Amino acid sequence: MIEGLINGLFNGISIGAVLLIVALGLAIVFGLMGVINLAHGELMMLGAYTTFVVQNGAKALGEGALEFYILAALPLSFLVAALVGLALERGVIRHLYGRPLETLLATWGVSLILRQFVRSVNWAMIAGLVLFCLLYFGGRWILQRQTQWEQTRRVAAPVILALSSASALAAGILMNQNGGNALSQPWFGARNVDVTAPAWLRGGLSLGTTLQFPYARLFIIVLTILCLIGVYWFLNGTAWGLRMRSVTQNRKMSACLGIPTDRVDALTFALGSGLAGIAGCAVTLLGSVGPNLGGNYIVDAFMVVVVGGVGKLVGSIVAALVIGIITYLLGSGTLALILPPAEALQPLVDFFTFFATTSMAKVMVFALIIAFLQWKPAGMFPQKGRSVEV
Amino acid sequence: MATETSMRPRQEVKAQQSQQRKLEVVGSIAFVVLMAVVLPLLLSGFRLGLLGRFLSLAIVALGIDLIWGFTGLLSLGHGIFFALGGYAFAMFLQLNSLGEGQIPEFFGLYGVDTLPWFWEPFASLPFTLLAIFILPAIVAGLLGYLVFRNRIRGVYFSILTQAALVVFFNLFNGQQKWINGTNGLKTDTSVFFGQQVGSESMQMTFYLITVAVLVVMYLLCRWLTSGRFGRLLVAIRDDENRVRFSGYDPTGFKVLVFAVSGAIAGIAGALYTVQSGIVSPQFMDIAFSIEMVIWVAVGGRATLVGAILGARLVNWARALLSESFPEVWLFFQGALFLLVVTALPDGLVGWFRQQAPQQLRSLISKPEPLLTYPQIELDPDIQKERQEIGDRGA
Repeated sequence: MIEGLINGLFNGISIGAVLLIVALGLAIVFGLMGVINLAHGELMMLGAYTTFVVQNGAKALGEGALEFYILAALPLSFLVAALVGLALERGVIRHLYGRPLETLLATWGVSLILRQFVRSVNWAMIAGLVLFCLLYFGGRWILQRQTQWEQTRRVAAPVILALSSASALAAGILMNQNGGNALSQPWFGARNVDVTAPAWLRGGLSLGTTLQFPYARLFIIVLTILCLIGVYWFLNGTAWGLRMRSVTQNRKMSACLGIPTDRVDALTFALGSGLAGIAGCAVTLLGSVGPNLGGNYIVDAFMVVVVGGVGKLVGSIVAALVIGIITYLLGSGTLALILPPAEALQPLVDFFTFFATTSMAKVMVFALIIAFLQWKPAGMFPQKGRSVEV
Repeated sequence: MATETSMRPRQEVKAQQSQQRKLEVVGSIAFVVLMAVVLPLLLSGFRLGLLGRFLSLAIVALGIDLIWGFTGLLSLGHGIFFALGGYAFAMFLQLNSLGEGQIPEFFGLYGVDTLPWFWEPFASLPFTLLAIFILPAIVAGLLGYLVFRNRIRGVYFSILTQAALVVFFNLFNGQQKWINGTNGLKTDTSVFFGQQVGSESMQMTFYLITVAVLVVMYLLCRWLTSGRFGRLLVAIRDDENRVRFSGYDPTGFKVLVFAVSGAIAGIAGALYTVQSGIVSPQFMDIAFSIEMVIWVAVGGRATLVGAILGARLVNWARALLSESFPEVWLFFQGALFLLVVTALPDGLVGWFRQQAPQQLRSLISKPEPLLTYPQIELDPDIQKERQEIGDRGA
């Protein structure tokens, strides 16, 4: 009875930890910019694939390296996802501020592209991309050195974009067809790939006879706590964190006081994306890695943001833990089991048994979230302010 | 647009409106003749079936345009209503093709031997026809009421609808023994008015019904958006707080328009189901529901013609591309999202109406005469005066 409860609590917390690590980046970005990033799941996926690549590299290095590849994979996943996030912010989202619904759609477009990208990426494609960047940015750089750029921009920018993308596409297709297997072989393919956890993360900690805490789960909980401490320190202990908090509170006033809001935006987005990368690295311990990996976690992470509110980090923490625990308790049927076997409680037991699958638990949790929003529409810790929200 | 027309003399506006109406009537009649008479003669059965499905998707696009284009509510969960309409009709068809006392075959697989209670009413045709649009409208209205009454809006609303979509997907996917879960309900071999639904003549009938329903729905949306109600919707989109301060309560209007949009999606779902031969939880795929939004965005928000056009264009491109290069389709679709949002925010129809004349003129380097001058140097009068002064000075 007690053991069952502890077990349920542990599993709930570990689900909550995964949710929290996924939602953390999302919440920071949403709080600062009011932008929901539908590509967040795909940034996670990039982190997971980075882990896969690091693992393969470690395999080539030998047994000793394989034990500790995850320690190298974490910062690398952060870096890869953060760079992609930075490019995304500078290239697309920057142009869409003040139009949150359009941003939503644009990030969905990016997520589709990223999903197909990992399926079909090969050396020919990379070469084509590099060629495109060289031609496009090189061409712009050369043209910008002319004094006439501002006048010719309207015509020149689309022309150079069309020319460089056409030549890069042609080169990519040519290499794909004639370059042989080395160039056209997809790196990952559409099938799921597997990341094996290092030996010290397999197995679990046993307490008593029935209690079992898998090391992988414990690792994720510890990692989540470390990420939280890191983010907390960054927000409250550094100059850029201070700027970020001030922009979150009042963007216009911060801009007036000389805070470079666009750099704060870029930095925040990169940070949020990097956290997605770490989350992706963490979830490789739980299952296989595929192009659709992000989709399994992302909607729950949105719910964490909605329930938690955007005012404080602690909202996300509480929301993630509560949603995790409730999901587990409902989904595993623990609630039905721990009720005393009285006749009067039988309908209640039937009710909980009906919801005792993972998918049905989600149905129930959603109903609870909607009910909760009737009571607190802006989440647990709403942003406080006197102005009417726009 | 409203302010623009009110600035001009009343008669001129009236004349233009009546001209526009004439144009619309002629256009709709031409559309109906083309769709219902010409194309069936030209296209093969397969292509016509495809077109019929695209047309039913265009009906959903109309509903989405109503809430997104006019009211500013971005729903990422319209798959729910689409699927509900589809399931309602498919359940009726399943029951209709059985003899007395029989139950659909798949129940046997899960050891269910009596018809579940919620299947019973779907044995009657009138109930089903009502349920096809009332059921989604109730679900949409309820969800909308619970969300809008708390002034939850914008991105929050979007992701809540998406979560609702996932929930409904889980509900239908997980309930294997009540509605055949993942496998969905097949309608191809079922019987409707004594004929097989999959047969050619029946498909033709459904195609014609789809064309008719599309026209009716277009007229309905047109009617809703043209009067005071439509202006109120646009006002809610543009500044909800101001609407509230003017003494209206936007909640009721938002709930109503969301329910209407859900009902339209339900009808479309029923028509789509009989023409594709199956309804399954895949109708509630996250990607499919977001795709519905892009149809409207491509065609042009707040232009009903644009919604129809966009749905057909995107689906046509999809059929074309995924037949020949399946792996390119996702790239293309992603690029489409980015392009439409950044470069073409008004969609094709909006661009055609507003910017195209100017941009084409500037391409042949004859800029339109400006009404106000951005810089004093560009004002021809000032240039002329300066020249005169300069001449005198020299």
